[in-house]
Amino acid sequence: MFNAITQSQIYVLDQDEALDFYVGKLGLEVAADVDLGFMRWLTVSVPGHPERQILLEKPGAPAMSEETAQQVRELVTKGAMGGWLILTTDDCRGTYETLVARGVEFTEEPTERPYGIDCGLRDPFGNRIRFTQPRGA
Amino acid sequence: MSRTRTAAEDSNRRMLRARDAMDRAYAQPLDVPALARIAHVSEAHFTRTFRAVFGETPHRYLQRRRVERAMFLLRETDRSVTDICFEVGFGSPGTFSRTFRDIVGRSPRTYRKEAVSAAVPTCFAMAWTRPSV
Repeated sequence: MFNAITQSQIYVLDQDEALDFYVGKLGLEVAADVDLGFMRWLTVSVPGHPERQILLEKPGAPAMSEETAQQVRELVTKGAMGGWLILTTDDCRGTYETLVARGVEFTEEPTERPYGIDCGLRDPFGNRIRFTQPRGA
Repeated sequence: MSRTRTAAEDSNRRMLRARDAMDRAYAQPLDVPALARIAHVSEAHFTRTFRAVFGETPHRYLQRRRVERAMFLLRETDRSVTDICFEVGFGSPGTFSRTFRDIVGRSPRTYRKEAVSAAVPTCFAMAWTRPSV
């Protein structure tokens, strides 16, 4: 049957601002940035790992009505949209310090868990992101 | 950099920032002036807008966050009820016990005896086990 998850999606309110954040601050890299005419196909991945990409999709017409797009934007900014990511790192505390210095908005400081050390942040739009240093890493 | 948020979306995001502060710093004496500063709005506007966005007042949100964290510590640690009361931001054991019982329907000690632990990432435990209604 299946052997990988290659593409996932989260909604962003502005793709240029999303690039500034996901690439400029979090240090992900652009895997695809293609103007399809009807939409901008913009994906990012962990550097060197294009086999797992996140589509940064802007909600809007004609994929959905302008009214629905407005509802999606409201849910994203309330933190209720549900799109979220968990990344892994070799150094949770070091990465945290780096990102704090870059002005990233954290929801939770690095904390010891049974499974490792992890912490939480928000993207500029309201999406949840976490990163984990797995135990033993 | 283009900014495409409407005023309502920008307001939602500010309220979310204040709610995140309650989730992160629930043990600190967070009051409406402090939270309104985080959201960059006036105090009167803050409470009204927060309730419109999240369906409950900031006071109620914070109270239930503290109770949720207390439930977590009662389940997962063997620290004393008094320690836990102050650890999550309550000012006195009396207020803590009364609030806990009002919200959970049981005393902290009874809850501790009956609870079973939940091995999920903390962000999910905090989102899904904060008591409501």
